[in-house]
Amino acid sequence: MVIFFRMPFARQTCLAVAAALAGFAWPGDTLAVDKNPGAIDFARDVRPLLSDNCFACHGPDAKKRKADLRLDTREGALADLGGTSAVIPGKPNESELTRRITSDDEDDRMPPPDSGKQLDDRQKELLRRWIAQGAEYDLHWAYKPVTRPEPPSVNNGSFVRNDIDRFVLATMRDKGYAPAREADRRTLIRRLSFDLTGLPPTWDRMQAFAADRSPRAFEKLVDRLLASPHYGERMAVFWLDLVRYADTMGYHSDNVQTKPLYREYVINAFNDNLAFDQFTREQLAGDLMPGATRRQLIASGYNRLNMTTREGGSQPKEYIAIYLGDRVRNVSGVWMATTLGCTECHDHKFDPFTSRDFYSLGAYFADLEETPVGPQKYKPLPTAAQQAEVDESKKQLPALEAVLNTQTPALDEALAKWEAAQVKWTVLEPSAAASSNGTGLAIRDDRSILASGELPDVDTYTVTFKGVPTGTRVFRIEALPDDSLPKKGPGRAGNGNFVITEVIVKAGDQIVPLQNATASFEQTLANENNPYKKWTAGSAIDGDAKGASFGWAVLPKVGVAQRLVFEASEALESGGELAFILKQAHGTKHTLGRFKIFATAHAGKVTANSVAPPKKIGEILAVPFANRSDGQKKTLATHYRTFAPELADARKELADLKARIKQLEKAYPTSLISVRLAKPRTVRILPRGNWQDDSGPVVQPTVPARLNLANLEGRSSRSDLADWVVSKKNPLTARVMVNRLWALCFGRGLATPLDDFGAQGTPPTHPELLDWLAADFMDHGWDIKRTLKLLVISGAYRQSSTTDAETMDADPLNMWLARQGRWRLDAEMVRDNALAVSGLLAKPIGGASVKPYQPAGYWKHLNFPKRKWSHDGGTSQYRRGLYTFWCRTFLHPSMLAFDAPTREGCIAERTRSNIPQQALVLLNDPTYVEAARVFAERIVRNGGDTDDERLVWAFERALTRGPSAAERDILLRLAKERAGYFAANAGEAKAAATAGEWPVAKTLKPDSVAAWAAVARAILNLYETTSRF
Amino acid sequence: MNPEYFATRLNRRSFLNNVSVGVGSLALTSMLGPAGLAKPAKRSSLGVINPLHFAPRAKRVIHLCMAGGPSHLETLDYKPKLAEMDGKPMPRSITDGQPIAQLQGNKELKCLGPQHEFKEFGQSSQSISSALPHIGGIADEICIIRSMITQQINHDPAHTFMNTGALVAGRPSMGSWVTYGLGSEGSDLPGFVVLSSVGGAQDQPIASRQWHSGFLPSRFQGVHFHSTGDPVLYISNPKGVDAKGQGAVIDAVNSINRLRNKTVADPEIDTRISQYEMAFRMQASVPELIDTSNEPQHVFDLYGARPGDGSFASNCLLARRLAERGTRFIQLYHRGWDHHGGVKNGVLTTAKHVDKASAALIRDLKDRGMLDDTLVIWGGEFGRTPMAQGSGRDHHMKGFSFWLAGGGIKGGISHGNTDDFGYHSVEDVVTVHDFHATMMHLLGVNHEKFTFKFQGLDFRLSGVEEAHVLRKLIA
Repeated sequence: MVIFFRMPFARQTCLAVAAALAGFAWPGDTLAVDKNPGAIDFARDVRPLLSDNCFACHGPDAKKRKADLRLDTREGALADLGGTSAVIPGKPNESELTRRITSDDEDDRMPPPDSGKQLDDRQKELLRRWIAQGAEYDLHWAYKPVTRPEPPSVNNGSFVRNDIDRFVLATMRDKGYAPAREADRRTLIRRLSFDLTGLPPTWDRMQAFAADRSPRAFEKLVDRLLASPHYGERMAVFWLDLVRYADTMGYHSDNVQTKPLYREYVINAFNDNLAFDQFTREQLAGDLMPGATRRQLIASGYNRLNMTTREGGSQPKEYIAIYLGDRVRNVSGVWMATTLGCTECHDHKFDPFTSRDFYSLGAYFADLEETPVGPQKYKPLPTAAQQAEVDESKKQLPALEAVLNTQTPALDEALAKWEAAQVKWTVLEPSAAASSNGTGLAIRDDRSILASGELPDVDTYTVTFKGVPTGTRVFRIEALPDDSLPKKGPGRAGNGNFVITEVIVKAGDQIVPLQNATASFEQTLANENNPYKKWTAGSAIDGDAKGASFGWAVLPKVGVAQRLVFEASEALESGGELAFILKQAHGTKHTLGRFKIFATAHAGKVTANSVAPPKKIGEILAVPFANRSDGQKKTLATHYRTFAPELADARKELADLKARIKQLEKAYPTSLISVRLAKPRTVRILPRGNWQDDSGPVVQPTVPARLNLANLEGRSSRSDLADWVVSKKNPLTARVMVNRLWALCFGRGLATPLDDFGAQGTPPTHPELLDWLAADFMDHGWDIKRTLKLLVISGAYRQSSTTDAETMDADPLNMWLARQGRWRLDAEMVRDNALAVSGLLAKPIGGASVKPYQPAGYWKHLNFPKRKWSHDGGTSQYRRGLYTFWCRTFLHPSMLAFDAPTREGCIAERTRSNIPQQALVLLNDPTYVEAARVFAERIVRNGGDTDDERLVWAFERALTRGPSAAERDILLRLAKERAGYFAANAGEAKAAATAGEWPVAKTLKPDSVAAWAAVARAILNLYETTSRF
Repeated sequence: MNPEYFATRLNRRSFLNNVSVGVGSLALTSMLGPAGLAKPAKRSSLGVINPLHFAPRAKRVIHLCMAGGPSHLETLDYKPKLAEMDGKPMPRSITDGQPIAQLQGNKELKCLGPQHEFKEFGQSSQSISSALPHIGGIADEICIIRSMITQQINHDPAHTFMNTGALVAGRPSMGSWVTYGLGSEGSDLPGFVVLSSVGGAQDQPIASRQWHSGFLPSRFQGVHFHSTGDPVLYISNPKGVDAKGQGAVIDAVNSINRLRNKTVADPEIDTRISQYEMAFRMQASVPELIDTSNEPQHVFDLYGARPGDGSFASNCLLARRLAERGTRFIQLYHRGWDHHGGVKNGVLTTAKHVDKASAALIRDLKDRGMLDDTLVIWGGEFGRTPMAQGSGRDHHMKGFSFWLAGGGIKGGISHGNTDDFGYHSVEDVVTVHDFHATMMHLLGVNHEKFTFKFQGLDFRLSGVEEAHVLRKLIA
């Protein structure tokens, strides 16, 4: 029983859900008239039909396959289905497929009516004939190895300039067309200049070219343009769209994440004609190259061009999955023109790729260091000059350090003097401690006294010390923090504070007179009633002259040690026992929690701020000089040199040098580059793309199984991936690239679209030519300039873009190349052209992104933080469009109007819309208004004396041709009418003649400039001005 | 299919549609003045779905996007059980394994009871928060959906999903889909217009991708109207250029373009000429649209709007004026619902910006007989957690509320429910794609048949998985 077509059409099938829209026809072979249809070609004629109509249910995705029938392989189509087969070669009438596609029974018919798919009679006949001819399957064209076909021999001496033309002409004739005439020189130089540099030719260049009668004139022009530094800029626009270069993160707050070094790398790579395989390797794995250079590190920033987020509440795991998917889509889009993104959730419907392929390819990038949610880490990338300067500075370090590290006899002497001046404190040994109010005072092993237990409002501690050295002159009470105290002390008050209201020192019955009290800190808070205006050290030895409740206190600097230092008026004549009476009469429990008392016989001035040497140095100082070990002496000498006044100059010199190095390093340009993690992230196949589902198998990095040419196995790296991408065995990379270079020169690819070489794309119109170009590209070292030169030198390129109405109707898309393409300039070129014509264009190559005029408030929807667009001044205002700050969420509105992509994903082909916003931009955007004003100044200054002369001059400068009589009449009328208006309206004239920030030519009459600015605006708004033809 | 080809083809088509409305060789300058351009013109352009798949219930859509994620628990979905559980731990059985935004890493999740009373409004006794008394006043006009779910828990991706039906950037927004499919009724104004306002909470960023046309031709991009400066970017003449001077320049441009077209016969030039005419007409029609001085005071009072204040209320009034002039898809963002803290006062404050004007729009449309064919959508990109985030609520995607009105929607009913906590949508669950499918259906479009070929695949707004038209909601 035949069951295979009886399964209901599944609505869930990915994407290929429903019908073409009413009135729209999709299949590629109906778009242009093939005047001589030939034999059936599986890849060209049959596979697209099967793919579009059948593969969704009978294709590579095993999960969605109906009736166990697959039609994407010959085995599948011929398989026994219980007595019959879908396809029986040579026997269309017995084949189930033929029966089903022609069935009148709605339940039987394929594709099922509710799928919305429908085969027309011609298509049904095609499938029938294919089966009749043997139902041969052929590998999908894009996966076949690249060969180098022989160019067909044709005879047309004037058209054929190189081998490209042999292919083009053979196909053209085959389809029943003839080449268009060669375009005139003015058109050719204009076309070449835009295609190769993105800028218009100057009038002088045009004239020189038109006058150059040498046979090599055209080639010389091509060579000159390919050698122009602006060539790299033009090509960068193409490349930056593919790799989604932008200056912001892309998600949510869309903060700045600029990478101008990468953009500059791309420009330079094209200008230096870096081989495309090397260009590829550097971007995918520059960081992994042995001895990676700065350029290669910057290039590896390719892997960091994806959108990232900082949004609070984002789940890192989710974003790691998102970034992985983003990279897979981009790599497969940029180099393979493959829609691998479809396999994030399921096996591909049309092409031989699986979910495993998606995640395995993603696993190559699991070694990249990145921040899943948050700002990304930038790496410093010094230029060679910057590096040399820092290296040079660093070379001076050792000599200076040596000076500071060398102990000399002079320093020994200085050290001895310094040592003599040091205060040597002795901790006094308490023998008894008593409280007048019941506080428990314990003597600790470290000779400190710790208060605990009873907590009276006021107290007086009496502590007796024994063995006080003779000659003692200065005392120090060290109030100490302790974990047992409130706020760690040193006081016992709830806030950690204390007040020592009076200190009395007694030797036997004798009171020792005290003087010169200082403290490490004196409290200034809560001093309203305090006659000292602060809680001074002095008030602790004033004999309570100004009141018994005032003394030394330390709030808020509690929790740390504080010192009170005071002198005996004379050194003690005899040592021995000494009693310290510490009155603490302030009240509210402001008593001391823990303290030690020190003494010294030091003769010089001692204050609380006399810096005590570090503990280790103090210990060495306590050892008599003769007893010190060599190690101790060395430590002491090293310590001394860190502040020795004798070395001050050397120290300053070193500090300055280090500061300078730091400053130089801070000025290093930075970029996001690839940095490899020691341990790559684990990558699993996510069932249905669900990042929370950990049930899928872990995968290792590997390339799509179907295209695993080198049989890569085990853990392979991004370098291996890059090698695979540019392997000559890889059928995709060279074809994809030459097809895109072709599109740059002809407006559409030989295979379309430029980003899908899969079964759903359209097979190439000129498969042999595409292969020949791909082979030539690889055979000549992936030389981009060589390929471009071949393309533009060709007779096909030089054709006129206008043709007869019949050809236009028969081949509206120009599939058979019987003319050149014509299209509106890309957004950047629209801008660059206006700036170039006006004379405003700033021409430096590379550098940071710039901000042209932009309407105020355009960024008001951005937040975290709020930000304002401040346009650049000076020449930065007039830079080429590719340097415009690329804000992904709010791309500059003029760029957006002309279809510049937001660069969120890979764009191989911009849309070319024709919308009223473009008119508003060209008419009213201050950039274009200013360009017209400055152009008008040039017209008035240089264009001659009469209106007529000026008009011709202006027209030639903008369009590299003279005006026709009719054009001249229209514009002269405008000039005259506006001149009249502005002569009568001085205010308006002044406003129009001063538009923009570019300095105004003050010697010119405003009404004249204003009138010519109107003409200049008209010229800059012409379709011809903004188009390539 | 090559999108470039497609765009070109479309432009040619639109040109054919537009050519009948173009002014031809008539000088633009002769059209100045009240008899000429200042009058709103009704010129329609057809969309690609022609004829529509079936009779439409709605001709246009006004989407009141409550950006930031309004708490359904304080607006449209009352949960007595949650009130009982206030301050108590949220049952782990509900939250375990669920994605969580800013509350991730919290050891214990606690319930936060509804912060506002709910009342029964209208003859239909719809339960609506006391914070939204005006919306309560139109209870009999609206259908409340209490069982929405989405797939994204953070603002930016959640808006992208709501607008484009996709998680990957670069897909067309629903406004672009609708104008691409249905065309525009007025050619002096864009078919898809976006307005925005703030107030009531942290204003979350909104990316312009939310109204981008993705892989559809660029002319279906939403045009963002601004409340300060030029209402439409670059709509004003340069300084020193009066309308006559601007017209003279455009006349010269179009005349020379016509001459050029005679030699090269390029349909792009035809389109270009008509776009310059359109641009010139917009320079008059946009200011006319924005100038509300002819509206009577009682209309301002109804909306609570002051002319030119850039408020949500003013935008609602502009939305009505756009609807009158044939704009197909009007999207208003009010960026003020992200109440991570202080949800009680937050909802109240934001409601003061939004409540009255939302209701006024419905009443005004109804008074003018336009509610029947205008679908109004009110809701955010997601809801908020029943769990407390301090005194606020976190982002929540498993259950939230919308209301719809007009355009074939049954009024005075509710649809679906969340569980007792307001966490999971459990009854008549409505996905974002179901919502898309229903909107398309009301517009006369079979969402399954409305596809666009991109990268070899047939894409549609309502996504890959099966999406359902919510027939119960349709009158």
